[in-house]
Amino acid sequence: MKLTTEEQDMLDGKYGNAVKKSMEILNTLGEIFDAEYMVDVQSVQIAGVSYANLDEAGLEFLSEMAEDGKVRVLTTLNPAGMDRENWQALGIDKEFAKNQNRAIDAFARMGIITTCSCTPYLIGNTPHYGQHIAWAESSAVCYSNSVIGARTNREGGPSALASALTGRTPKYGYHLDENRHGQVLVKVNASVKGTDEFGVLGKIIGDKLGELGKKIPYITGIPSATVEELKSFCASVATYGGTALFHMEGITPEYNEFPKPNDLVFEINQDALEKTRAELIDDDLEIDFVSIGCPHASIHEIAQLASLLEGKKVNKEFWITTARPTKKIADEAGYSKIIEDAGAKFAADTCCVVAPIKGRFKGIMVDSAKACYYGRAKNKFKVKIGTIEECVEEAIK
Amino acid sequence: MKLEGRRIYKGTAEAEAIVTKDGISFYGGVDPDTGKVVEVGHELEGQNITGKVLVFPTGKGSTVGSYTMYRMKKKNTAPAAIVNEQIDTIIAVGCIISEIPCVDKIDIKNIKMGQKIIVNGSEGTVEVK
Repeated sequence: MKLTTEEQDMLDGKYGNAVKKSMEILNTLGEIFDAEYMVDVQSVQIAGVSYANLDEAGLEFLSEMAEDGKVRVLTTLNPAGMDRENWQALGIDKEFAKNQNRAIDAFARMGIITTCSCTPYLIGNTPHYGQHIAWAESSAVCYSNSVIGARTNREGGPSALASALTGRTPKYGYHLDENRHGQVLVKVNASVKGTDEFGVLGKIIGDKLGELGKKIPYITGIPSATVEELKSFCASVATYGGTALFHMEGITPEYNEFPKPNDLVFEINQDALEKTRAELIDDDLEIDFVSIGCPHASIHEIAQLASLLEGKKVNKEFWITTARPTKKIADEAGYSKIIEDAGAKFAADTCCVVAPIKGRFKGIMVDSAKACYYGRAKNKFKVKIGTIEECVEEAIK
Repeated sequence: MKLEGRRIYKGTAEAEAIVTKDGISFYGGVDPDTGKVVEVGHELEGQNITGKVLVFPTGKGSTVGSYTMYRMKKKNTAPAAIVNEQIDTIIAVGCIISEIPCVDKIDIKNIKMGQKIIVNGSEGTVEVK
């Protein structure tokens, strides 16, 4: 690693302990991954926010960093373990709430904007094409690399924080052109529509990439996709395949920048979509929980939910997980009232993956393939995937 | 015998080696309160890593593992040093934030369970006594 004078001073402790520790992390990662030098980053997204994941150890580390650490660039947070305002109504206990707030306060002391969302790109932390950034949160990493064309590796909580406090990241991996080429040609010979189906597609591609030991698909045969469909796809392909970058012909900005792969080809037909959808529906299912917003619901999805729920009553626990700024837009537009009058609940700042709800429900219905994975693995629920309309139908049944 | 590897985190430690051919996940795989390996079916299941030089091929599992290592250091249940064949991000970041000496690029077949070894994280060497 070749460090600039300023970076060397950071490493030597001239900018305080938090910056020193941060530069130690970044310098070591740079040496492990053979980076030649650091690059400036303009945006950071930090994961590891839920107290359920951090625990006292993580909190202690954050408090130590907050003693003299201040962010140098725009930095936002991943979802926390609870809605910061409405946690009691959502069944979160007092002790957890207290500890969760201690963690968020430590982030705030460092100058981090405590938005608590996995979709920072929808609420103002929006990098541009080609920009170097340091993001954690696998679905947001995949979205920023692929849909926006910004450049980031898959950071963890501490390395993302280190970039926030120094404004740097070692230049390796997805920061370099040569590592952004498509590796597998994926031909989709089926019509794919809706957030649920794009999630199913993400699982098929993610699973296949795992088998092939590859990471970057080049996808053809998708004539159009909405932001919501793409965010669902990103979450799924990142969950099942560890994918941080894909190219989609005619849709993502870099698809034409690099040669199209042609030695490894993989085709997906309608049958494969149906077979994989069936894998995301468990047997002997009793649904007592419906959740929309993995990744966090956009204002467009909330508008759609308001129109589906208007004048209806839900008979099951129904969460809409979203970013607080998006919830505020929904409040102003009158959507929140319609949704809450129907008995559904907003869970802002959090989601069904990171909230401490293990074992609280028997079966969850979602429109997200990522939520199916964590619903099963982490929270021990049975799962069912469906369209957003089917989710609402299930809730009001 | 002195083995030459790569320095990951500075500092030296002299302690008994605890060696495994399995990967280690600190998050969920190790109990931070006791220092015991709790992963079901792990070669070291039930054994205590506190104060020893933990020798294993590479890390695995959740990135939260880095924080678990930090928690162990604070509770005095952490290993004295870590030796890997190939370091991964979780273990590297865990060693840095917890200040645990660490060396990788070592052929761990050269180290036997229970041997006294000296890890020099600043030079990137492991001495087997």
